[in-house]
Amino acid sequence: MTQPHGMVIIGGGIAASRAANALRDEGWNGSITMVSDEPHVPYDRPPLSKTFVTDAPSPAPYLADIAALAAIGVDFISSNAATRIDPQASTVRLRDGQSLTYEKLLIATGAQPRRLTLPGSESARVHYLRTIEDSLAIAEQLKPGAHMIVIGGGFIGLEIACSARKLGARVTVIEGLPRILSRGVPQEIAEVVASRHRQEGVALHCNAKITHLVESDDAIGVTLADGQTITGDLVVAGIGAQPATDLASKAGLAIENGIRVDSYLQTSDPDIFAAGDCVSFPLAAYENTRVRLESWRNAQDQGVVAAANMLGKQQAYEAIPWFWSDQYDLSLQIVGLRGAQDRSIRRDLGDDAFILFHLDPAGRLTGASGIGVGNAVARDIRLTEMLIAKGVMPQDDVLADGKASLKALLRQPG
Amino acid sequence: MPWISACEADEIDAEDVMRFDHDGHTYALYRSPDDKYYATDGLCTHEQVHLCDGLVMDNIIECPKHNGRFDYTTGAPKGAPVCVALKTYNVKVEAGMVMIEIV
Ligand SMILES: Cc1cc2nc3c(=O)[nH]c(=O)nc-3n(C[C@H](O)[C@H](O)[C@H](O)COP(=O)(O)OP(=O)(O)OC[C@H]3O[C@@H](n4cnc5c(N)ncnc54)[C@H](O)[C@@H]3O)c2cc1C
Ligand code: FES
Repeated sequence: MTQPHGMVIIGGGIAASRAANALRDEGWNGSITMVSDEPHVPYDRPPLSKTFVTDAPSPAPYLADIAALAAIGVDFISSNAATRIDPQASTVRLRDGQSLTYEKLLIATGAQPRRLTLPGSESARVHYLRTIEDSLAIAEQLKPGAHMIVIGGGFIGLEIACSARKLGARVTVIEGLPRILSRGVPQEIAEVVASRHRQEGVALHCNAKITHLVESDDAIGVTLADGQTITGDLVVAGIGAQPATDLASKAGLAIENGIRVDSYLQTSDPDIFAAGDCVSFPLAAYENTRVRLESWRNAQDQGVVAAANMLGKQQAYEAIPWFWSDQYDLSLQIVGLRGAQDRSIRRDLGDDAFILFHLDPAGRLTGASGIGVGNAVARDIRLTEMLIAKGVMPQDDVLADGKASLKALLRQPG
Repeated sequence: MPWISACEADEIDAEDVMRFDHDGHTYALYRSPDDKYYATDGLCTHEQVHLCDGLVMDNIIECPKHNGRFDYTTGAPKGAPVCVALKTYNVKVEAGMVMIEIV
């Protein structure tokens, strides 16, 4: 029969990868088995809409190679999905029939792109962007003169739009809401992004309702409610992602917009932890508001904290949400959680870079959103993160003054 | 090895970083909270981003792009995603000027 097999990790993304490393860093010397349904070692997804497309052919953004995984004693199983978790028996069944016994299990299954359900959306000319294969398939078609239609004005859609322009393809972006980036980005910043895309020659259609898609021999058409059809060579749909929770829900684990974990990233089963895009968790700095994030740093940091807790270290995950996006030479960074009642204060940093700080009605700093060329906003955004963690209630004039040091504010007693 | 004069000592604030370019190469110069000076390569070992836009806290420089961390006094990586050390350079202050030994 089976004996305890140590640590098992389901998933092959950044959360899984960091967790495996962290288990070793924290001193675990038993076995670690990582199972991914992809045919790759763990890799970074952020480049897939950015440099991996514009600089193609370029090496895949692998986080480690097989040798590096072997060197830290990780038994890595690729192209083989976990199909069933049996919490009573502490086993995970794989697609090829083998069964792994775990002492502690980490689910880091990430998220999957939401699919279009419109008539005509099964066409092979409709693409999604989550994996290396997705990115390569899109990049291959982005020749000068080709026309790419992006459905959804969110981060992934806008980043691939930018990459396509760099490669000389024509780009149309169709957004159903009155403006792009309406989820999580203040209007003032979304406007900077929108006007930059227009300047770069992207056709932006907001408030546009799509009725159906039609494929012909050599093109695909996207028909809008006003009757107009936009014709292109390919469609890329960036309409959000859904947490991969099937495995967890079939195992009877609590689900609440993602796999429900507590602040120790423990699921409703004490031997099973979860991390990354697939989980919803309480945000300690925001009265334990439950959120699910799709953010690279969150996935990375949760992988590390989950690993510590798999070893019984009782480490609470207390991060502040943080996200970045690169478009053209602009970088956008967003930190914290902006409330519906929050007001904003603008800080100009020169060269058109600026930050909007968000403050709740009580005057507490809740977040900041910044945009500028290169990393112009990075330092102040990072300091804002620390100010939020400290629960600071800053003066408006200090925030508004681009020369006033946020570090000094952080170091102020009290 | 040649010593190059990089900047005046008070051009860098305490606990801060400054970019210095010389002969096609970018360096980052640091002034620690206790007024000692250090130098490293100017680009992050993760994705070649300029560290001068990063945040200095005590003896740590944090990369502005993905928050990778280095101890700038030794160049050692101190936090994911960076895992390769930064090259460091000898520094001295003479007559109010920060000098860096180019190798
Ligand atoms: C194109 C793109 C660009 C992005 N850009 C940014 C950015 O600029 N900034 C930012 O902060 N974030 C960005 N993100 C988000 C970031 O990449 C994600 O937050 C991060 O990848 C989440 O990591 P994860 O490990 O939780 O999940 P994932 O990376 O989704 O990894 C989950 C893995 O588990 C595997 N898996 C799922 N189910 C099973 C199973 N049953 N058995 C075995 N394996 C399974 C999946 O195939 C996948 O390999 C971007 C994402 C994409 C797709
Ligand atoms: S470029 Fe410095 S951490 Fe990624």
